[in-house]
Formats: sequence, structure tokens, C-alpha cells
Amino acid sequence: MTETPLIGGAVQAPVDTRLAGARIGVVTFPGTLDDRDASRAVRLSGATAVDLWHADTVLADVDAVIIPGGFSYGDYLRAGAISRFAPLMAKIIDAANSDAKLPVLGICNGFQILTEAHLLPGSMIKNDHLKFLCRDQVLRVENNTTAWTNAYAAGQDITVVLKNQDGQYIADEKTLDALEAEGRVAFRYVGHNPNGSRRDIAGISNAAGNVVGLMPHPEHAVETGYGPAHTGTDGLGFFNSVLNTLLGDK
Amino acid sequence: MPRIVVDVMLKPEILDPQGKAIVGALPRLGFTAFPSVRQGKRFELFVDGEVTEEILAQAREAAETMLSNPVIEDVVNIEVVAD
Repeated sequence: MTETPLIGGAVQAPVDTRLAGARIGVVTFPGTLDDRDASRAVRLSGATAVDLWHADTVLADVDAVIIPGGFSYGDYLRAGAISRFAPLMAKIIDAANSDAKLPVLGICNGFQILTEAHLLPGSMIKNDHLKFLCRDQVLRVENNTTAWTNAYAAGQDITVVLKNQDGQYIADEKTLDALEAEGRVAFRYVGHNPNGSRRDIAGISNAAGNVVGLMPHPEHAVETGYGPAHTGTDGLGFFNSVLNTLLGDK
Repeated sequence: MPRIVVDVMLKPEILDPQGKAIVGALPRLGFTAFPSVRQGKRFELFVDGEVTEEILAQAREAAETMLSNPVIEDVVNIEVVAD
């Protein structure tokens, strides 16, 4: 499928059949609103985006899964709390924990769902200032060896969009110390901490590195003329990383 | 209809931003006796007929697995209200 540039000037890369053979599932829950952007980011990276519905009971032979942002089930109970029990989540949890180590990326509400599903430790509560916040945010890549970060340089600063209300990452001190010791802090906020997250943590990974969750939105920073400051494409690295992982380039 | 009441609070060590906002607003209305406020959640699980031990056990399990997140919250009270 070819993409029409949102703003003139973007050039469609020729279809690379090796990349297009990678099937990246994007899950939609009731209330998900960034699924289209995530699918578009997948296609811009050259892979094939596969729509998945929360009530599905099969993973449709996908090679990786993205759980995008939004407000699944209205976040009525806690952010991600009800989605965590959706039929498809049971399949994703099993596949992520299996020997095959299905790569799973949770963005924003997707990150919240992954913590509720216990694929990632800790939890998110309301921003310390209580306000919804939307802005360009600089992140530091702390671990570039995961399935979703290997296209970045270690210590690289990237700018992507941040937009959330329940973005304050919390965990007990023991868990935080373990995350730091095991190199599982994948991203940290640079400059002002936007939500009170412990130790400026913006994103983390599981021990195997196949599951990554973060609050900011790389899928909104994949196209020139459209991302942060209208130029940024720093988010593409996530989607290129998982292709490296799937195609064995890293 | 009898119901099982479940009260959930953020763990004491976790800062409650909502309670903090409320405690800041109370003095403006003249309520000056409350130096601290914490906001929690109350669930009412309605039951058809008698609340048996089995149903109460279900409520306890629901409270621990879905109604609360043990990483950040405690179930502080479960009680049967018959009316």
C-alpha cells in the first residue's frame, strides 16, 4: 500500500519485499485513537500493518504487536485496567512471554495496559500537576539493545510528542533500583520532568527486551512536515528497530 | 437488593494528586480543619438474593484482580450491606 504524503515533498520509498513481509499488528480497543497513526508509521517504515481488534481471539500471524494510545474503555476504572482483560490481550501476553518472544510495543494507554497486564512493572497515576499536557518532548535513549530501540544510538536524544493526563510513572524503590541495575530504563525525560515520573522514566522494557512501553508518542514523529516542530521524524527509529529485530539485522 | 461494598484507596506512600488539589481548595470555602485529604473509590456490587460465602469470595477476588491494582492501591474495606 502506498502512502499519500500529508504535506507535499515526502517521497514514497520503493516497496522492499523483505520489509513488506514483516507483519506488524496494531490493536484497536473501544476508545483507541492513535491506531491509524501507528499503522501509518508501520507502513512508512516499509512493513505491513495488520489491523487487530481487541475482541479477536487469534493474532493473525503477526510478527510483532503495537498497542497504541487513546482512552480504552474510557479509562473508567484505571487507565488500561479493563482492556487488560480483552480476549486478544491473553494471546499477546502468552506470545510475549513465550520462547518466540513476540515484540510488543505499548504507547501511552498501551503502556498503561502493559503494566496492568503485568508484562511491565510499575503503574501510572495522574500527572503530578493534574493537567492534560501536550507538547514536544525530548527523550534520552538509555537502552538501545531492545527490540524497539536498536536503531538508535545509546544516549541519543530524540524529540517526539507527549500527550497524556495519567502519565506519572511510579513503582516502589526496589523495583526502580532493579530496573536501573538491569538496564531496563529504555527512555528518560530530558530537561523538565513533565509529569512527576519517578527518576524521570519515560519508558521501560521487560527483562528479555522484547516488550517496551513508553508514555510519549513516536508514531506522531515519522513524517517530515508533520512531527514535532513540523520537521521531526525521530520516532521512525522504533519502527525501524523492530524490523532490524525481525529481519535479524541486529 | 443486598450489595457488597468495596473501598479502594491509593497506597499511603503514593502521593494522591487529586487529594492534593482538594486540600488546596477547601480553605477557600472556609473549611480550615483539614490539613490533608486523600481520595479513594467505592464500588457497590449488587447481588441477586442472599450473599453467600461463595459470592463474597468472588467479590474479594474481583476486588484484588480487577477493581484495584496492587501496585498502587489497597482494598481497605469489603462489607455486605443488606437493605
